[in-house]
Amino acid sequence: MPFAPVIVKIYLIFSMNSIIDGFIKSFSLIINLDKELLGIIFLSLNVSGTALVISTLIGVPAGTIIGLKRFPGRGFIISLLNTFMGLPPVVVGLFVYLLLSRSGPLGFMGLLYTPSAMVAAQTVLAFPIVASLCHSAIVNVNPIIKQASVTLGATPYQVATTIVREVRYGILSGIIAGFGRVMAEVGAILIVGGNIAGYTRVMTTTIALETDKGNFELALALGIILLIISFLINILLHIIQRKGRLKTAI
Amino acid sequence: MSLELVVSNIYKSYDSKSVLRDCSFSFRKGETHVIMGHNGSGKSTFLRICALLEAPDKGEVNYLSGSNILRKDIVLKRRMTLLLPGVGVFNATAFKNVAYGLRIRAIKREEIVERVNRILEFVGLIHKKNQNALTLSSGEIQRIGIARAMVIEPEILFLDEPTASVDQENTEIIEDIILKMRKEGKPIIITTHDKVQAERLADRLLIMQNGKIIS
Repeated sequence: MPFAPVIVKIYLIFSMNSIIDGFIKSFSLIINLDKELLGIIFLSLNVSGTALVISTLIGVPAGTIIGLKRFPGRGFIISLLNTFMGLPPVVVGLFVYLLLSRSGPLGFMGLLYTPSAMVAAQTVLAFPIVASLCHSAIVNVNPIIKQASVTLGATPYQVATTIVREVRYGILSGIIAGFGRVMAEVGAILIVGGNIAGYTRVMTTTIALETDKGNFELALALGIILLIISFLINILLHIIQRKGRLKTAI
Repeated sequence: MSLELVVSNIYKSYDSKSVLRDCSFSFRKGETHVIMGHNGSGKSTFLRICALLEAPDKGEVNYLSGSNILRKDIVLKRRMTLLLPGVGVFNATAFKNVAYGLRIRAIKREEIVERVNRILEFVGLIHKKNQNALTLSSGEIQRIGIARAMVIEPEILFLDEPTASVDQENTEIIEDIILKMRKEGKPIIITTHDKVQAERLADRLLIMQNGKIIS
């Protein structure tokens, strides 16, 4: 078959061209601030941001209490949180779906296939990360900090806020890690959101759908933006951790 | 009404190891009390119990105002302070560290600034007030600890080994600060294992050995 290498070569050139073409079109969508693209990005940030705020509001106090208080079942809760940090998003999606489906206990709320359902699913995903990393930061604080604030006349609440302030960089790292997790997940929101165009379609679910359809421009454009967001999150995490290391280095 | 401390027959054990045995003590106001003893003699535990940071297994620690025995609540705890060995400075500037005790007492900002600056001047660290306390030397951290304790104007100040792990120069500075406080009639209880230091600082010297106050 003397023609075989030539055919492979032509195929590769064609494939490369289609990838390059996809990239060009995707950049054009980004540069021209395509309305559909912006809508998807905004919804993604809105859903993940809201989930993160809720996770932080519950997770930081929960992590602080678990870190500072001794009570029966504490070890079990810590193990549970650590296990839930690695929860597969599809399992969370299934769990939230069962809760919110018409026959489920929260079905009367009519939240399934709405952005609120997606926020709920992402909150379940982010909460264990925020709470667990907050707990780790708190238990690793030097015990003398707690004792020093007690000897200076702090109330139990003031002791807790002092310790949280001491480990603020560790807690912030946990919050950012939680954001990274929910921004990148696809399984849970696909199940509870339904991927409805213009309503529940976010970056990750759009990438999955458009790739299935062979429509790479939008998928690539969103992929690039997702990578940029992920890169920015990692840079922020690095800066925060470095700042924390510098300030606690002695 | 000034604060009086009466410790009666206290015992303390950790994991069935006896640390304090039948210790009694009464605090005379206006005097610097030094508790001297070797490492492991029980003096730090004794101080922590006196400062209400720990409870004894047996015996009583009572604070009196006149003839009234005071409740061991946050109001009483805020009338005294204990400087721990190692201090435990917060990840904040020297100024914020010293201001901590005043801030949690909801004292006005202008008063905090005035009192903190005055104390930082007293311990010779006013020029470092905007530096992160964690970046200071161990001697300077110890002085921040003393300033942080002094600024709240406690009625009893407990200092647990204030010059341990501090160089000679800072030891002298800290001893001078304590002597100045003594001159001002500030009530202080100090622990140390250094005999010369004990004799230099004490109005009243107590010696601890194997968990007992022997003299």
